[in-house]
Amino acid sequence: MDLTLKVWRQKNIKDKGHLATYQLKGISPDMSFLEMFDVLNEELISKGTEEPIAFDHDCREGICGACSMFINGRAHGPNRGTTTCQLHMRSFNDGDTIVVEPWRSGSFPVLKDLVVDRSAFDRIIESGGFISVNTGNAKDANNILVPKHDADAAFDSATCIGCGACVAACKNSSAALFVGAKISQLALLPQGKIEREERVKSMVEQMDAEGFGNCSNTGSCEVECPKEISIENIARMNRELIGATFK
Amino acid sequence: MAKIESKIPDGKLSEKWAKYCSTAPLVNPANKRNLEIIVIGSGLAGASAASSLAEMGYKVKVFCFQDSSRRAHSIAAQGGINAAKNYQNDGDSVYRLFYDTIKGGDYRAREANVHRLAEVSSSIIDQCVAQGVPFAREYGGYLSNRSFGGTQVQRTFYAAGQTGQQLLLGAYSALSRQIGTKQVEMFTRHEMLELVMIDGKARGIISRDLVTGKLDKHFGHAVLLCTGGYGNVFFLSTNAMGSNVTAAWKVHKKGAFFGNPCFTQIHPTCIPVSGDHQSKLTLMSESLRNDGRVWVPKKKDDNRKPVDIPEEERDYFLERRYPAFGNLVPRDVASRAAKERCDAGYGVGKSKLAVYLDFAASIKRLGEDLVRARYGNLFEMYEKITAENPYASPMRIYPAVHYTMGGIWVDYNLMTTIPGLYALGEANFSDHGANRLGASALMQGLADGYFIIPYTIGSYLSGEIGTKAISTDHPAFVEAEKSVQDLMNNFLSIKGTKSVDYFHKKLGKIMWDYCGMERSVEGLTKAKAMIRELRGEFWKDVKIPGTQFEINPELEKAARVADFFELGELMVDDAMHRNESCGGHFRAEYQTEEGEALRDDQNFSYVAAWEFTGVGNEPILHKEDLKFEEIKVAQRSYK
Repeated sequence: MDLTLKVWRQKNIKDKGHLATYQLKGISPDMSFLEMFDVLNEELISKGTEEPIAFDHDCREGICGACSMFINGRAHGPNRGTTTCQLHMRSFNDGDTIVVEPWRSGSFPVLKDLVVDRSAFDRIIESGGFISVNTGNAKDANNILVPKHDADAAFDSATCIGCGACVAACKNSSAALFVGAKISQLALLPQGKIEREERVKSMVEQMDAEGFGNCSNTGSCEVECPKEISIENIARMNRELIGATFK
Repeated sequence: MAKIESKIPDGKLSEKWAKYCSTAPLVNPANKRNLEIIVIGSGLAGASAASSLAEMGYKVKVFCFQDSSRRAHSIAAQGGINAAKNYQNDGDSVYRLFYDTIKGGDYRAREANVHRLAEVSSSIIDQCVAQGVPFAREYGGYLSNRSFGGTQVQRTFYAAGQTGQQLLLGAYSALSRQIGTKQVEMFTRHEMLELVMIDGKARGIISRDLVTGKLDKHFGHAVLLCTGGYGNVFFLSTNAMGSNVTAAWKVHKKGAFFGNPCFTQIHPTCIPVSGDHQSKLTLMSESLRNDGRVWVPKKKDDNRKPVDIPEEERDYFLERRYPAFGNLVPRDVASRAAKERCDAGYGVGKSKLAVYLDFAASIKRLGEDLVRARYGNLFEMYEKITAENPYASPMRIYPAVHYTMGGIWVDYNLMTTIPGLYALGEANFSDHGANRLGASALMQGLADGYFIIPYTIGSYLSGEIGTKAISTDHPAFVEAEKSVQDLMNNFLSIKGTKSVDYFHKKLGKIMWDYCGMERSVEGLTKAKAMIRELRGEFWKDVKIPGTQFEINPELEKAARVADFFELGELMVDDAMHRNESCGGHFRAEYQTEEGEALRDDQNFSYVAAWEFTGVGNEPILHKEDLKFEEIKVAQRSYK
C-alpha cells in the first residue's frame, strides 16, 4: 500500500506545532498502525533530515493504554473498540491520506509530537479512586460474597485502560467516562462502601480542578472508547454524586 | 569479593517463614518516618511493595519509565493467579502448590522460597478482593477457579482474560492512595541509569527525566528493583516495547550477581510471526488450553483448510504423548512438542511454523456463548491481529519468548549481593527454577511486594536507624552522575549510520537462533563471537538523532540495547556452561530417547550466580547448591 501521512509535529510543550506531510510506499496490510509508524521513523532516521516522530506506546497488545493517536478525526482510528496498536493497515485503502494528531484537550498538554501529558488522570485516582485497605490482614476472600451480576458489571467498568480517548473525543474535553467507570466499579462492590460518598465527591472535585469540561451527554466517549465502556457509568456517577451531596 | 549466602532460616520447611516473621527485627514507627526507600518499577511487585511500605510509615520514592504506573507490563498478563485455597475441594493444599511449582521448575528453584510463596498465596487473593479487584464469581457469589498448565487441580483465580490488568489496577490504586497522602513521591517518565553505592551499600540512584532529559540524584536507605524481565533481548517477544534490563544490568555491573540468566520461558500459545515488519508478539492466554485442543495434520505439508481435515487425519500430539496432562502440560513441554512437529514438517499456515489450537469440540460441548464468556476478549484480539475468526476456524499458534526466570540473585530476604539492594518479582531469579508454571508470575510479584519485603526489609533497616539521609552532593553521587552524563555524551557523539532497531533486531535474531528454544555448544560458541562483533559495530556505527535534553525515544532505546548486548553474552555463557537440559533451557546434546529434557542433578543442581568482571572479560561463576529436603527429586513426567 502507498499512503500519504499528515502528522502533527511539535518540538516541545512551548512550540506552536504544525502538520507535516510524508509519503510512504510498500506498507503491508498486516502491519499495525504503530508498526507503520516504526517504518516511517526508520526512514526519517536514515534520511537524517528530521527527527523521528515521538509517540506513546508500550504493550502493543491493546491493554496498557499508552498509545493515543487521533487518526482522521477519530480517537484510535476508524474501528470501534480498538486501540491504535491493534488497528491494522488493512483498515485503510491504497492511496489514502491519513491525518494523525495528538489527543486534543487543555488538560492533556502536548509534550512532543503525538505525546501528551495524561497525569491529570492519575491525580483523579489519587484523590479517592481506591478502597482504603492496608496490606496484611484481609479476611478470607469468600467471606465477601458478590453477586455474579454485580461482579461482572464491576469488571466491565474496571476494564478502562485510562488511555484518554474519551476526553479526546468529547467536544467539552470531559473526563466523565473515565471517572464514572472507576466510581461505578467501586460502587457496585460491597467492599469500600463506607467511603462511597466521600469518594465520588473528591474525585469529581479533582476532575473539575484539572480543567476537564462537563458532560453534555452526546455519547462520543462511548463510541470512541477502545474498551467500549458504557455511558451508563456516567449516569451512575451522577446518581452517586447527587446521593452524596443532597441528603 | 561478595559471597553467596542464601540466609535460609533453620527449622522445618513449613515453619521457616512463620518463625522468621515472628522473630525478624522490627523498626519502630518513629524511626520508619526517617527511613527512605527507593522503588524502581511500578508493576505488580513495585506498586505492591511501595504501597505496603508507605502504609507502614516509610518514606518511599517510586520511579517508572512509563507515563503512569498503571501502564507497567504486569497489566498485560491474561490468564490468572494461583492460590492454594482449595475452594474447589479438589485436594489442593499449600504443599501441593509448592510441589507443583518445584516440579514445574524442573528442580532448579530454591525450596524455602517456593514454600513461602505457596504459603502466602492465599493472603494475596484475600488482599486483592478487599481492594475491590473484580475476580470472576459463581452464581452463588463465591469466587470462581480454573486450571492452568502443569497442575491437576483448579486453583487459578481470574478476571476474564485480563487478570493482570485487574491485579495491577488494584496495586496501582493502593499506590495512588499513598501518593495522594504524600507518603509516596512518584516519578513517572523517569529511568534509573545508575546505582549509587557508599561504603559498599546501595544508597541511591541516578535517574533521567525522560521529558526534560535532565539527570537527577536520589538518596535512599535501601533500593528495590522491581523492573521485570529481560525477554526483549530477543527483540521479538511478548514483552512490552519498553521492557528492558537496564536497571538490573547497572546493578550487576556494580556487583550484584546475576542468577541463571539463560533460563528463558518460551510460551507455547502465541500468534505466529507474520512478516519482517513485526515489532512484537502477542500471547494467547494459556487458559485457552483448558478448552482448546492442539493438533497438526497427520500428513506432511497438508494444505487443506483445517475444517476439511477429518478427525482421523489429525494428530492431537499433546494428548497422544502426555495422556495424564494432555493439553495442560507445562509450557516448556508444550512448546518443545510444537517445535518438534513443525521441524518434522507437520506445521501449518503460510510459514509452516504454527500448530492449530482448536475450539470446535468445546463450542459443540459448551455452546459458543459460554466459550465467548470465558475467552471472548482473547478471540477478539486474535481476530484483530490475524483477520481470521477463531470461532469458525482453529487459531494458529507458535511458541515465543515470554518470561525470564533468571534475574538478579537474591537471598531469602530478597536482598542481592549488594547490601541494601533488593530485587523483587520477575527481576529476581528466585522462585520459578528453570520453568515457570502458568499463573505463578502474578503470584510471585504480589507475594514479594505485599507480603515478603515488608517483613524482610526490617531486618536490614533496623540496623540503619542511625544513618541520617546522605546529601546527594556526596562524591559518590557526583561521580555516578558524571558516568551517566559521559554515557549520554558518548551515544550522541557516535553519529553513525544505522538505527538502534537495526542492531536490536540483529541481536535478537542471534539470541533466538542460538540461545532460544534449543541450544548447542556449536551454536552458542558461534553466537558469542557474533554478539561481540555486532556490539563493536553498534558502538561505532549507531545513529541517534536529537539531543539529550528533550523527549528522545531513540536515545532511550540505545541505552537499553547497549545493555542487552552485554546481557546477551552472559546468557550465552550461562547456557554454554550448563551441560544439561532443564525447563526452558534445552541443550540439544542432552535429551532422552523420547526427546524430553535430560537433567543432570549430580552436577547441575545449583543456581548459577555470575559475577561481573568487566565488559569483554569472562564472568566468574558462583554456585548456590540447591538442597531438596521435602521433595524427592525425580524425572518430570506428565504422561
